[in-house]
Amino acid sequence: MKLLLTGGRIIDPSQGLDANLDILIENGKIAEIGKNVHKPKTDSRKSAAREINIVDISGMIAVPGLIDMHTHLREPGFEYKETIQTGSEAGAAGGFTSLACMPNTNPVNDTRSVTEYIKRNAASCNLVNVYPIAAVSMESEGTSLTEFMDLKDAGAVAFSDDGKPVTNSALMRRALEYASSLGMSIISHCEDTCLSHGGSMNEGFVSTELGLQGIPNIAEDAIVARDIIIAEYTGALLHIAHVSTAGAVRLIRNAKARGLRLTAETAPHYFTLTDEALREFDTCAKVNPPLRTLEDVNAVREGLRDGTIDVIASDHAPHASTDKEVEFEYASFGITGLETSLALSLRLVDDGILTLGQLILGMTANPARIVNIPKGTLKTGVDADITVIDPNRNWTVDRDRLRSKGKNTPFHGQAMKGKAIMTIMGGEIKYRDLP
Amino acid sequence: MKLTNKDILGIKELSVDEINLILDTAASFIEVSTREIKKVPTLRGKTVVNLFFEASTRTRTSFEIAGKRLSADTINISATTSSVVKGETLIDTARNLEAMNPDAIVIRHSAAGAPHMLARMVKQSIINAGDGAHEHPTQALLDMMTIKEKKGTVSGLKVAIVGDIAHSRVARSNIYGLTKMGSHVIVAGPAMMIPRDIARMGVTVYNNLAEAIKDVDIIMMLRIQLERQQQKIFPSLREYSSYFCLNRQNIKLAKEDVLVMHPGPINRGIEISPDIADGPYSIILDQVTNGVAVRMALLYLLIGGQR
Repeated sequence: MKLLLTGGRIIDPSQGLDANLDILIENGKIAEIGKNVHKPKTDSRKSAAREINIVDISGMIAVPGLIDMHTHLREPGFEYKETIQTGSEAGAAGGFTSLACMPNTNPVNDTRSVTEYIKRNAASCNLVNVYPIAAVSMESEGTSLTEFMDLKDAGAVAFSDDGKPVTNSALMRRALEYASSLGMSIISHCEDTCLSHGGSMNEGFVSTELGLQGIPNIAEDAIVARDIIIAEYTGALLHIAHVSTAGAVRLIRNAKARGLRLTAETAPHYFTLTDEALREFDTCAKVNPPLRTLEDVNAVREGLRDGTIDVIASDHAPHASTDKEVEFEYASFGITGLETSLALSLRLVDDGILTLGQLILGMTANPARIVNIPKGTLKTGVDADITVIDPNRNWTVDRDRLRSKGKNTPFHGQAMKGKAIMTIMGGEIKYRDLP
Repeated sequence: MKLTNKDILGIKELSVDEINLILDTAASFIEVSTREIKKVPTLRGKTVVNLFFEASTRTRTSFEIAGKRLSADTINISATTSSVVKGETLIDTARNLEAMNPDAIVIRHSAAGAPHMLARMVKQSIINAGDGAHEHPTQALLDMMTIKEKKGTVSGLKVAIVGDIAHSRVARSNIYGLTKMGSHVIVAGPAMMIPRDIARMGVTVYNNLAEAIKDVDIIMMLRIQLERQQQKIFPSLREYSSYFCLNRQNIKLAKEDVLVMHPGPINRGIEISPDIADGPYSIILDQVTNGVAVRMALLYLLIGGQR
């Protein structure tokens, strides 16, 4: 079976491509990209139609399948929040063909068997490629390292104690050296837990007015600085997760200017919302790191513009209503993000912060490079993972219609522009929302 | 003139006109509490639930008396005697109460925003009797009523609020109220008790008592919560009381006719010396008396058919 996408605008930053071309997919791989790649013979048109599925995507944009390198699929252990199945459905609906999932499950993904379980389960769901990120330390407790080599062999693509920062600097140093020797990154959730302890939102004027204990910017900045210092000393590969502060952007920019092999990501809520979103104690806007101030939002945007921040990742953190419909300070941290990430990111293009090409780079080739996966490109011969985007589709976020089990979005009811209308993984259409 | 919202969640949401309406209504209720038969039939047949998730004697009693003097049926639920200990969520507790169809729910909770969550969920009027370190609107209203009673006005005064501002809902509600009414608010305490960016609320900040109370009309001393010392927020009570306790000497820095207030319960000898608490400057017990009148006024305005 062949699949032909015709008439669309193809943007593939991995090969500097931005043109109106056809894409021919054969046996699950990209067979050819070019003009009029399929010329059926006039006399055999009927038989040709049977063996090739031609989809007209005029007016649409086709890009390498989007990659979300920071998601929480919650399985095993927290299936009431999300499963690999529902997370995969949400991913496909959001335009993603590959997800890297964080290890803070129960049990924590700190051993080969958990990594293999996730891979096996994801393969049977067969909706998106799932790449497990394994824990840095056993049970992410920050005391002893996990078996990096074994986990890599099992399919782990990076290491992180996301949600539970590595507070022990010596352990962080060993982790960076070990992972780097395997060509892998440590993804650091930067938070000084002494400074953030007890906080449930950004520390500043809004937290003062609301009487809520704050998480100051310096809780993030201090550990970003520490990790940069360790990475510089060891020459290791460091990736900074969910950058939310102006200070972190500045530190990363300076480190990159000195030539460090450092990468960074941010999430759509950090360039979209400020702590003003918490005025009504909306627990759906409670997230860690917390929504910051306008100054931080602008710095994150500038960091994306100048390339300081390499990746947009959703930090998809689905929670059940029972985790969120409680008093603000008791509510879990996290925003469900897979299905709003692309539309929120497209606003950066509308706002003139990023070109479409830069945006796609940050959601395809850049994350692919950081987690070392053969994805994020439309080069001939690779798996045909393709996302077709309608940049002009107007839609409204309705939490009750999200595929994810997590309905915890602060964007409920908001108007969005731009949407994935077809998600293709390995040549198969996994999601379709054609007008 | 009526109140705009079904709830009283904070002073921040009230307009100057609404504050004046509440204060005037409260003043008219003062007399009821001085009668031999301290009861009017205004809220006969109405039910008021006092839902207290945090210990309180003064506020809970004050609400209960306020309801009873208006002939409402008042029911007290405290966290220790309610289903909360069985692990029921606030939402479920609220839905169950709602199903019993009371007219108003008074809530105190250690978590900021808990009354707001309740207000969104149930149709009844919610009165915030203190939520975490956020707001304590009835306290600020009774404070403003007492100031107005003694000074004739709530505007153009200099008011110093001294103590653990960071953890004080009384401070926040009074800052909103007093600045709205045109007074100048000064807050003072050791640096770790002053929350970030509080100057943007329109107050002047000092880190010592002498500067803070110089030439002020009103001094509000806040209760030092002893458990904060265990959290290592300040070094010792000994040091705190040496530098921040209001006493007969330092009070001379304030205006001659200064008035001293305290939301209670007081720690004698820690934030306020006994001779000041009991002395001629003190209007602490007037605050308590007016508390009943303010709460009567709110119940009347919210569920007495005035809305």
